[in-house]
Amino acid sequence: MSHPQRAAAFISDAERTTWHDETLWFVRQKRDKAVYGIPEFQQLRQLASDIKAHTLSRLDEYLEQFERNAQANGVTVHWAADAAEHNRIVLELIRKAGATSLVKSKSMLTEECHLNPYLVKNGIAVVDTDLGERIVQLREEAPSHLVLPAIHLKKEDVGETFHLHLGTPKGEKDPQQLTEAARQHLREKFLIGEVAITGVNFAVAETGAVVVCTNEGNADLGVNLARVHIACMGMEKLIPRTADLGVFTRLLARSATGQPVTTYTSHFARPAEGREMHIVIVDNGRTRQLGRPDFRNSLKCIRCGACMNTCPVYRRSGGHSYDFTVPGPIGAILSPNIDLHKHSSLPFASTLCGSCTDVCPVKIDIHAQLYKWRQLIGEQGELPATKKLGMKLLSSVLARPGIYRLGGKVAREGLRFLPHGLTHAQALNPWAKARELPAAPKQSFRDWYAAQVK
Amino acid sequence: MKVGLFIPCYIDQFYPQVGIATYQLLEKLGVKADFPRQQTCCGQPMANTGCEQDAKPVYRHFVDTFSKYDYVVAPSGSCVYHVRKHYDVVEQTGAVQHVRQSTYDLFDFITTVLGVTELPGRFPHQVGLHLSCHGQRGLHQANESEMTPVREGQLSRLLRSIDGLTLTELNRNDECCGFGGTFCITEEAVSARMGQDRVQDHLLNGTQVLTGGDMSCLMHLEGIVRRRQLPMRVMHAAEIFNAALDGVARTSVRVGLNDANGTTEERPIKVTI
Repeated sequence: MSHPQRAAAFISDAERTTWHDETLWFVRQKRDKAVYGIPEFQQLRQLASDIKAHTLSRLDEYLEQFERNAQANGVTVHWAADAAEHNRIVLELIRKAGATSLVKSKSMLTEECHLNPYLVKNGIAVVDTDLGERIVQLREEAPSHLVLPAIHLKKEDVGETFHLHLGTPKGEKDPQQLTEAARQHLREKFLIGEVAITGVNFAVAETGAVVVCTNEGNADLGVNLARVHIACMGMEKLIPRTADLGVFTRLLARSATGQPVTTYTSHFARPAEGREMHIVIVDNGRTRQLGRPDFRNSLKCIRCGACMNTCPVYRRSGGHSYDFTVPGPIGAILSPNIDLHKHSSLPFASTLCGSCTDVCPVKIDIHAQLYKWRQLIGEQGELPATKKLGMKLLSSVLARPGIYRLGGKVAREGLRFLPHGLTHAQALNPWAKARELPAAPKQSFRDWYAAQVK
Repeated sequence: MKVGLFIPCYIDQFYPQVGIATYQLLEKLGVKADFPRQQTCCGQPMANTGCEQDAKPVYRHFVDTFSKYDYVVAPSGSCVYHVRKHYDVVEQTGAVQHVRQSTYDLFDFITTVLGVTELPGRFPHQVGLHLSCHGQRGLHQANESEMTPVREGQLSRLLRSIDGLTLTELNRNDECCGFGGTFCITEEAVSARMGQDRVQDHLLNGTQVLTGGDMSCLMHLEGIVRRRQLPMRVMHAAEIFNAALDGVARTSVRVGLNDANGTTEERPIKVTI
């Protein structure tokens, strides 16, 4: 299935689409309010973008510096070329620890690597401890948003899920009650967790420390109760210095939810006495993306989700319509790097309105990259044949004024004299499902001009 | 000043009145534009679909058609944006560079080149302005809500200066209408829904005449207005200004000369028959 088909299915529930759109627009407005209050916000964006550009230009040096410093702190550093290697490393660490269960705070990287199903298959019980993540995990769904993984669900849906899995009363939909039920349920899991996995928001090269931003404090609770901490990070998460961190923490939460800063900004530098800390650094296609000058900038992404909240297409089609770990505009420029054929409809799931580029806290030119992916998809023969042929035909008409004039006249006359039922037949003309075609005039502008202006 | 009028293909064929209004409005502002008849299209439909290579002959035809003018003016920010931004894939000859730099959206031309920021005339209706994304975010013709709460731009300023005209205060000032070129066909469901939501915002806030600087957005929105038989008229802003200026008692308009001193002069408004 392609994006348009999945989007049409989502939109067929008009009421839920309205609710989804308005909920995310509310988050966008909270973001606006937070942004308007910072006079230097645009300078901060530029600075963040520049720091990331610099870091990406010397990624090899910073990665090695980070590894050295982390090792000096008593942390074991692992390198994974792809998702499979990442998953193998994590499983091995869990087995070495003699553990059969683990708690995990939010990590889009482990989603990207499909770690959960891999561990479950190997007999490890995995509990996602971020509330939204836990909800979608119980429902066996993928997150539909980077920051708000269960944003496609209403409180009634969550009530139903918790009734099934946590034993809350049927019909309970009070957010306070549901959150409390999740809290009690998760406490148990935290207490028996032997291994804690966290994601990484920022990895500081000069200190070897990793920084994790959460609103629920679940990363801290997990790590501090477990014997082994495994932090999984994409290799683009580096920043050179601790001094650079403030630039990003100021941008991240404001862009994501309109908060000045996340409730918890946790620094993990070294294992506590008698415990272990591991960092797994993952490539999984990032080097390939780094080697594409047109798309390199996409690696600046700090996963704030602002481009999703602002995207008028995402708000009306839902995160699952993208069928990729990272949905929305940023997902549409990351996914073709992973599998161009499978995700070839995603760069077209945009009007190129440019709002994503304008909210991006690290100034990724998202809509320009969407345009460029479209050209690559065209060149590599991944466009539907009808589209390709149609565009070739259109081009040959538009490069020849005589044929263009004739074609225009035929189209206008056709619209004028053919029955409305035919020109607006929904099976033939998708435009006409919800829209009238323009009323065709007798005379084109050029006809008028020729008659009026000598 | 030699001005070439670029009337995008779909306006030429389906909205000749917008081309006529553009031509007459420029004439009233003292600019006699020339319409080179071999013109066709800017090539955007192919390029946005991923067929930039197929569009190149169309780009070259566009440049050949318009390189002899000092300015190229079009009533469509989207086409202008395409010429300026995406004609970077053909060889950058002097002609290509000249055309890319001197192609202007109509209201950008009126505001920036002619220096006109106010117009006389009367149009006693509540008007809802739809900002085209390519005009706004692409050509920076209006402030963006992503950056600032101040809702200001070339077209809203010109519209506010018209006597009797009130502008609709929208809930979402600059959300995309969902046209998006071939997007409106390939992503029909999302496109239609976006358009319906935009129209609804105007309907709720009292728009009688829905306008904008980009006829492609308006074609899509008009399609929805007509399908739903809503009490709203859709007009390109050139049509509004051209109509408003028709009954004007004033015979001149103050025009900036774009020199270092910021000099202005009174220019006669020509009244057409």
